[in-house]
Order: sequence, then C-alpha cells, then structure tokens
Amino acid sequence: MAEQATGPVGKAGDRPERLRVFLVDDHAMFRAGVRAELGVHVEVVGEAGTVTEAVSRIAATLPDVVLLDVHMPDGGGRAVLDAMRRTHPQVRFLALSVSDAAEDVIGLIRAGARGYVTKTISPDELAAAVRRVAEGDAVFSPRLAGFVLDAFAARPDAPVADPELDQLTNREREVLRLLARGYAYKEIAKELYISIKTVETHVSNVLRKLQMSNRYELSRWAADRRLV
Amino acid sequence: MSTATQPPRLYRAPEHRMAAGVAAGIAEHLGISVVRVRIAFMVLMGLSGLGLLLYAAFWAVVPLRPGDNAVPARRDLARLLPFVAIGLVVLMIQMAVFDSVGAAGTAGWLVAIIAVGAGVIWHQSAPERRRRWGESLPVPWLGAVVEESDRRAFVLRFIGGGVLVAVGIIGVAAVYSPVQNFDAVVNGIIFALVGLAGVGVVAAPVLWRTYNQLRSEREGRIREQERAELAAMVHDQVLHTLALIQRNAADVTTVQRLARGQERSLRNWLYRPTASPNERLAAALEQAAAEVEDTFAITVEAVVVGDRETDERVGALVAAAREALVNAARHAGVRTVSLYAEVEPEQVSVFVRDRGKGFDPDTVGDHRHGVRGSIIGRMKRHGGRAEIRSEPGEGTEVRLILPITGDQATAERDR
Repeated sequence: MAEQATGPVGKAGDRPERLRVFLVDDHAMFRAGVRAELGVHVEVVGEAGTVTEAVSRIAATLPDVVLLDVHMPDGGGRAVLDAMRRTHPQVRFLALSVSDAAEDVIGLIRAGARGYVTKTISPDELAAAVRRVAEGDAVFSPRLAGFVLDAFAARPDAPVADPELDQLTNREREVLRLLARGYAYKEIAKELYISIKTVETHVSNVLRKLQMSNRYELSRWAADRRLV
Repeated sequence: MSTATQPPRLYRAPEHRMAAGVAAGIAEHLGISVVRVRIAFMVLMGLSGLGLLLYAAFWAVVPLRPGDNAVPARRDLARLLPFVAIGLVVLMIQMAVFDSVGAAGTAGWLVAIIAVGAGVIWHQSAPERRRRWGESLPVPWLGAVVEESDRRAFVLRFIGGGVLVAVGIIGVAAVYSPVQNFDAVVNGIIFALVGLAGVGVVAAPVLWRTYNQLRSEREGRIREQERAELAAMVHDQVLHTLALIQRNAADVTTVQRLARGQERSLRNWLYRPTASPNERLAAALEQAAAEVEDTFAITVEAVVVGDRETDERVGALVAAAREALVNAARHAGVRTVSLYAEVEPEQVSVFVRDRGKGFDPDTVGDHRHGVRGSIIGRMKRHGGRAEIRSEPGEGTEVRLILPITGDQATAERDR
C-alpha cells in the first residue's frame, strides 16, 4: 500500500512499483556509494547527513523505506526514529550501520526500526532487505537473531511482568535459531514444515515483542554484558 | 655570571655558601667581599634581628643560580660557627642595653620564622613541580599548599602548618598580654580567628579557581592519553593495512583478506570485552573463525548465544567446529560460512553451515575419512554427537551437540 504513495516529489513517469528510498548517513561518500548500488533496484528520493535535515526531508518526501545510519552527530538514527515514529508511522526504517554491537542493534530495533543490516552487506542483499522491509517484513540478520535470542534467554529466576508479552514462544525461538544459523525464510519454512507466511508472522511477532518487552529485563541483560 | 645582553640578576651562589648562599650571591652581584656582606648581616641582627629576617627573606625569594649542575661544595659548618656566635653576642648586647626585645622585635622574629618555613617548603620541592605551579597557578606558593604530593612534602607541610599556627597563637598571646590579662588573650585569639576567616573568604574564589584549573588540566591529560593510544593503534594497524591494500590493489583476494582482518581487529578493539580463548567458549570459537577467515580468505559469520568456561570436552567441540569451518572453506566453494553456537543449560550446540556445492554423505570418498575422524569421531569420544547434512547444490550443515552433565551445569551458570 505504501508503494502507491508516490507524491509530486518523485520523478514523474517512473514505474509506480519502484520503491522510494531515502538515505540518512553522515558520510557523503557512503551515501554516494549506496545510491549508486541501490539506484538500479529502487528509486533514491533523497538523502540527508544530519538528524534535523533527515527529519524535515523525510517528512517532505515521504519515502517507503529509510536507510538509517546508527552513529551520527547529535543523536544518530535513534533521534530520527524518535522524531518520526509517531508522526509518520507509514514510513519504515531499516538500520544500516557499520556497528554490529549488541546495544546498537537492540537499541534501534526497540526504537522502531524494522530491520538492521551492517554496511558490509552486498548490494543485492541490501536491495532484497529494502524490499522485505517495504513489504512489512522484518529483516533479521543471523547476528541480530543471535542478539535477540540472547536478550530473551530463558532465565528461570528473572521476574517476568507479563509472560504473554515478554517471552518468546518455542516456535518463535525455533525460527530465530534457524535464522541465526544462516537459513533463509523459505529454508526455515521447509525445515519446520510451515508456510513462508507463518515464518514471516513469527519474525514480526519477535520484532513486536522486542519493541514492547519491558525495559527492566533488557537493561538487565545489557548490564550483565557490561554494555551500559 | 651573566651575558652582556641580559641585565645581571641576583642569584644565590651555591659554590661559596655557608648557609644558603645568600651572602655570597649578594657579594658577587655587588662586586664586594663576602665577609663584608656577612658582617653587614650581623650588624643588622642588632636591630631586633633584622639581619636574620633579611637573610630569610632573601633565601625564600632569590633563586639558586641556574646552570650550575656541579655538586655544591660541602658546607663548612666550622666556618659558620663564628658568625652565629657573633650574631648571638650582638643580640645579647642589644637585650642587655635595651632590657627587652619589644613588640616590634617579636613581630620581626615571627615573620622571620614564617619566611624560613615557606623557604623550606619552596626549596624542598622539585624544580619541575615548581615550574608547573608557576604556570598553572596565579600564586605559585599556593602550589606547595594545594598540591597532593609525596609523603615527605606532606610531613613537611603538616609540621610547617602546625608550627605556623602555634607560633601565631603564642605570638598573639605574647604581644597582647603584657599584664597577665587572660581576657585580652582570648579576645586577641578570637580576633585573630576572625582575621583568618576573612582571609579565607577573600581567598576562596582563588582557591576554587585553582582547584578547577587543576581538574581541567587532569582531564585534559587523560583525554590526551586516550587520543595517543588510539593514534598509536591506528598508526600501527590501520595505516599499515591501508598501505598494503594500495600495494596489492590488483589482488582482490589479498585486499579482501587484509580488509577483513583489519575490520575484525578494529571491532574487537571498539566493542568487545577481551576474553581469553583458553577460558571462554565464545572467544575460542571466534578465534577459530578468525583463523579460518585469514587462512582461506572467506567470511565466517559467527553468532554465539551465551557463553561458558571451556574444559577438555568443550575444547574438543571447538576443534571439531574449526575442522567443519575448514572443510566448508576448502570444499564448498563459497565466500561466506555461518557459524552459530548456543549454550543451553543441558547442552552446547554448534552449527556450521554453507550454501556451497554440497555432497552426498552416503558416497563419501576415502579422502573424507579424516573429516569423519576429526569431527564425528572426536565428538563421539567426548560424549557428544555430530551430524552432517548435505545435499548436492543445497549446501552443507554440520551440527555438533555436546550434552552437559549435572556437575558441569553449575559451571555454565556463571555466564
């Protein structure tokens, strides 16, 4: 549905199914590189190098997917997400960072990013990730799945405020494990004898739980690993 | 002693000194005989001890002549004695003639004692530290009081401060109670304390500013140190890697290997708490992955969930995982291999997966016997199991599972 949101800002005459992507990164060189790589697959409607610029330009261009750098001056991707999530829920964010530190990954996902990939990703994989995010899926790299499993690791002694909300089901855990082992969605579906759609649902649920899980448990997890 | 371009400055002369080289320095500066200067000091002693007061003041203020690194000649204390004797005699004559030293004389003595104390603190401190006080503090003397320094200086300061306070109180009592009026003494002390408080209020901003300056200086030093450490690391590793990459620009494999190794090292430096591969499972697996990356120029995506201490069996698991990685790197013909390990309360599992050629496990040739030995056999020997799932065209996955028995489960808890 978001694909139809082509406004007057986009290049007229473009095929309507071209995804509209916005780049936020404080390194102009990197933006140029991504633009060159992604330009084949999607339409890059704008780019920004600072948080304030990003907030105003994204609001003006209304892209389908924002590729968001994590570490920038004055707040980084987290600040952009905090500013945009409430006012523009239709815009989806995919974090694209050089950092794969657990606190960055978990922090961005909790702030509302739909996925997290590192900058070493190949152009084709990045294009696929953008498409998946635009379609409403979450993009979980094996590493991200590992962090999530770690964050929700079964702790019999940990007090759980709302078990329905905070715990992963066994099925979700299975899906995450296979993701962490490097399986693609369709391979997971085959392995678990479920449909790809079900795999996607499980992954979306994990993402939702990650965003909503109580702060106490995650901060405890971070403190255990000397991350904060 | 001084060049033509510089006006002659007054220095204390270390080579002819008896007490502190003041007289010798003045004599040298004025171009007259040392003995005359000393006699002048002795005569001035008669004026309520003014000679000693002047000597102490000169000592505290006038610096030792720089550049004379030679060890100063040993003081001849015997030669000092006559002068001390003469000084005492002068003082006694003065007391005998005028019957008392008087209030002015007492004040003079107090000032002399204070000047001597300050001079001791000043001259005992190291020259380098003195220079720093001079740069960072509006009043260099403050440094001797404010600075946290070694034990000797602390003792000196403690004694000096105590003496000053005691002398001050005794002095107030002696000066203001000539007729055994105790109330007057108490009042005098109270006024002295009020005066001290006033000095404290006046000096407070200076002290506060000094404290802030010191703190910002220390912070600056720490920042500088961190920057230097980072610069050293960037220089030693990153710049050298970049230079190598420029030289090997045509060789894609080498460039990728260099870039990957450098990336890993930077990441470890930035994000990872350091752990010894001999002690923790996660560190051991990551080290094995790094070795395979470097040797075979592939990428190993390592994800480890949980951690535990290593022992002999876990070591075997790591070795088997390493062998699986090597096989994938060698035979699968892919650029990326996944390694996933998970530590659970009842078992440790490791999965090595590639999306390469794959093979039919039932038709494994003889050359694969080594693999069977070093993966399947090794896992069996240590009470675990290994499965190899592979289909031609679909890639290969090696699953290594090591159960943890009851007594080992406690070791796993402390992750």
